[in-house]
Amino acid sequence: MASLWFWIVAAMIATYVVLDGFDLGAGAIYLIAAKTNDERRRILGAIGPVWDGNEVCLLAAGGTLYFAFPRLYASSFSGFYLPLTIVLWLLILRAIGIEFRARVETQVWQDFFDVTFSISSILLAVFFGAALGNVVRGVPLDSTGYFFEPLWTHFKLSPQTGILDWYTVLIGVMALVTLAAHGSYYVALKTDEDLERRARGFALLCWPVQFFLTFSSLVATYFIRPEIMVNYGKHKVGMLVPIVVVASLGVMLWANPKGKEKLAFVASSLYITAMLVGAAFALYPVVLPARDHQYDLTIYNTAAGSHGLDVGLAWWTFGAALAVAYFVFVYRKFRGKVQLGEGHY
Amino acid sequence: MDSALFVHRFHFAFTATFHYLFPQLTMGLALLIVVLKTIGLRRNDPMYHEAARFWGKIFGINFVLGVVTGIPMEFQFGTNWSIFSRFAGGVIGQTLAMEGMFAFFLESAFLGLFLYGEKRLSPKAHWLSAVAVFVGSWLSGYFIIATDAFMQHPVGYFTAADGSLQLASFWDFVLNPWAGWQYAHNMSGAAITSAFIMTAVGAFYLLSGKWTAHARIFVKAGVIAGCLFSVLQIFPTGDGQGKMVADLQPVTLAAMEGLFQGESGAPLVILGQPNDQQGRIDNPLEVPKMLSMLTYKRWNANVRGLDAFPKQDWPGNIPLLYYSYHIMVGLGTFFIAVMIVAVFLLWRGKLFNAKWMLWILMLAAPFPYIANTAGWMTAELGRQPWLVYGLMRTEDGYSKLVSAGNGMFTLLGFMGIYMVLGILGLFLIWREIEHGPVAEHESVSNLHRATRAR
Repeated sequence: MASLWFWIVAAMIATYVVLDGFDLGAGAIYLIAAKTNDERRRILGAIGPVWDGNEVCLLAAGGTLYFAFPRLYASSFSGFYLPLTIVLWLLILRAIGIEFRARVETQVWQDFFDVTFSISSILLAVFFGAALGNVVRGVPLDSTGYFFEPLWTHFKLSPQTGILDWYTVLIGVMALVTLAAHGSYYVALKTDEDLERRARGFALLCWPVQFFLTFSSLVATYFIRPEIMVNYGKHKVGMLVPIVVVASLGVMLWANPKGKEKLAFVASSLYITAMLVGAAFALYPVVLPARDHQYDLTIYNTAAGSHGLDVGLAWWTFGAALAVAYFVFVYRKFRGKVQLGEGHY
Repeated sequence: MDSALFVHRFHFAFTATFHYLFPQLTMGLALLIVVLKTIGLRRNDPMYHEAARFWGKIFGINFVLGVVTGIPMEFQFGTNWSIFSRFAGGVIGQTLAMEGMFAFFLESAFLGLFLYGEKRLSPKAHWLSAVAVFVGSWLSGYFIIATDAFMQHPVGYFTAADGSLQLASFWDFVLNPWAGWQYAHNMSGAAITSAFIMTAVGAFYLLSGKWTAHARIFVKAGVIAGCLFSVLQIFPTGDGQGKMVADLQPVTLAAMEGLFQGESGAPLVILGQPNDQQGRIDNPLEVPKMLSMLTYKRWNANVRGLDAFPKQDWPGNIPLLYYSYHIMVGLGTFFIAVMIVAVFLLWRGKLFNAKWMLWILMLAAPFPYIANTAGWMTAELGRQPWLVYGLMRTEDGYSKLVSAGNGMFTLLGFMGIYMVLGILGLFLIWREIEHGPVAEHESVSNLHRATRAR
């Protein structure tokens, strides 16, 4: 049962990154891709009706993680105290950037919220990447099952790590480039004319960087944690992950210049999913590795009681079915290229 | 007091108090908007649709602020209260996860359709989206209340071998009797806030001589809802909540009422300052035997005072708890008085011209916020010294590895950001009020024709 919840939580996190990823990415390219007020309103109009729902995936994933693995929630949230709080501040700033910009039609007001929105989107992408980097690298857990990481120590890998070191910064930058490309495909899909062209061009620029970072991050990960290969050795099905990663990178490169944004966007979503599933597959059954492996948090020593997990499966399945139905409904209602004059952005 | 403990408690208290300024209005407004839209749909009256649209805009600003200040609440269970989360997460994780799965997805999906989809949807579908937002926000309220109810009166759990609490019975936990009364009392409180705000904006327009036709709808809907919920707030919900406290947290009741020594035929203290050094109320203004009557329905019933309980189980801050409770009850009484007079004037057809009453209704707007805040302070200060009643003390639940210095860093950061959010929110809401429900030059009759033509 704990294994099932491991994969449910992993799937929810992947869903969050794919969905909120495109609006974070749209925010990251916002100042560069959209030059005029109309273009900026178009990008906001493209993410406006859906960003809040996408962000709810983070809350729902967090809530489900709390419910299924309370000890993991307790250890990781208090250990990552500072970066998580900064993430909260960035989420606040980004939300008001999107929602309050259009409420006052003054250039200075709108410029302020434009920059707030874009900078907070960029920093969020980096922080989420760095968070993943921390989980893969391992944290200084001890026998109490708790740890506390400062934001940085000396950027090297040592027993006393900080949130940011060379490895987690590398993963953070990779996340930023990945989501910027992901957001570009989405913007190209939802807009037309100059904006569509610029978004496509930006994605084209991202591709070689994304390609390079994908491989350097894999090498770096193997270098700092060789044991990530163990599960891949045991279960051959894991080999699907690198195949999907390489194939989706190829599809992105091929589809984007041909104007097949939908295909490129789907490929980018697959790429993100495969990278995250790959990480989860390598970690399983560990949920938060310790620098000293005897203190690893695993699904076995963090899961909630079995009755709670059984009951949860019933309502979770029902809730997830409802959520999927809402998403399909909303995305269908707002499908197609963005037209100005509808909505308020 | 250990300074890290103080920082973590203040961190949660500050962010929760600020957060709840927004949901209390959105939950109440969601209900009133459904009422306005239902009347508009049934009578085919565009004025009610305009009223709903206007309040939808104010709802939208509040909703954004409620969402962004709400996310930190869920995070803080882990960041600042990790030992508590490890201890109780096996139970309360259920309701917190369900809130995301059932309430937030529903709200977020239909809010956009409600606020910006009116042109794309049929009137019925638009009404349905308003109902969905209402259901989502009231469900969300229930999951949070059920979580708090577990901390006030834990049921449906067992203690596992590692000392943590785990779920024993889902239905016992979710249908905690404490949650029932607390939910009814809390949601009625939210409805009071929205009713007073709607009334106040209407009163402001009437006093200014602007949008008077819309203003009459606001005042009428506001005072009827305000009167209804102010009465429900005291009876049966407040009464039911009070009896539960008397049964399950008698020491809390004694501290709330300032009853230092138990007695038969205990008086009800209306005013007075608790003097916890001397163990008495200074300058008391009391109604003899009233507390016994209200609590046990007998004039001479014995009510246990603080002296009946060991001092280490007393709520930590008795004066603040006492004042919170008395402010809540005092304001609740004031709400009933104001709203009964207003409804009487409305019934006599004099309300819209009674300037003195419109002034009172306009200036009363902040008081429901104070009453709701004081009510939550009563609940949470009253639970002390326990984090989970009888099972875990507050001093044992915070994140031991998050130092006071790191806690204060994020507390100060939240204070700064929330100050900006508060100013932005007030500014944007004021702008909506200034713009009014419709452009001023558009007369009502024009709108009537336009709607028919469409």
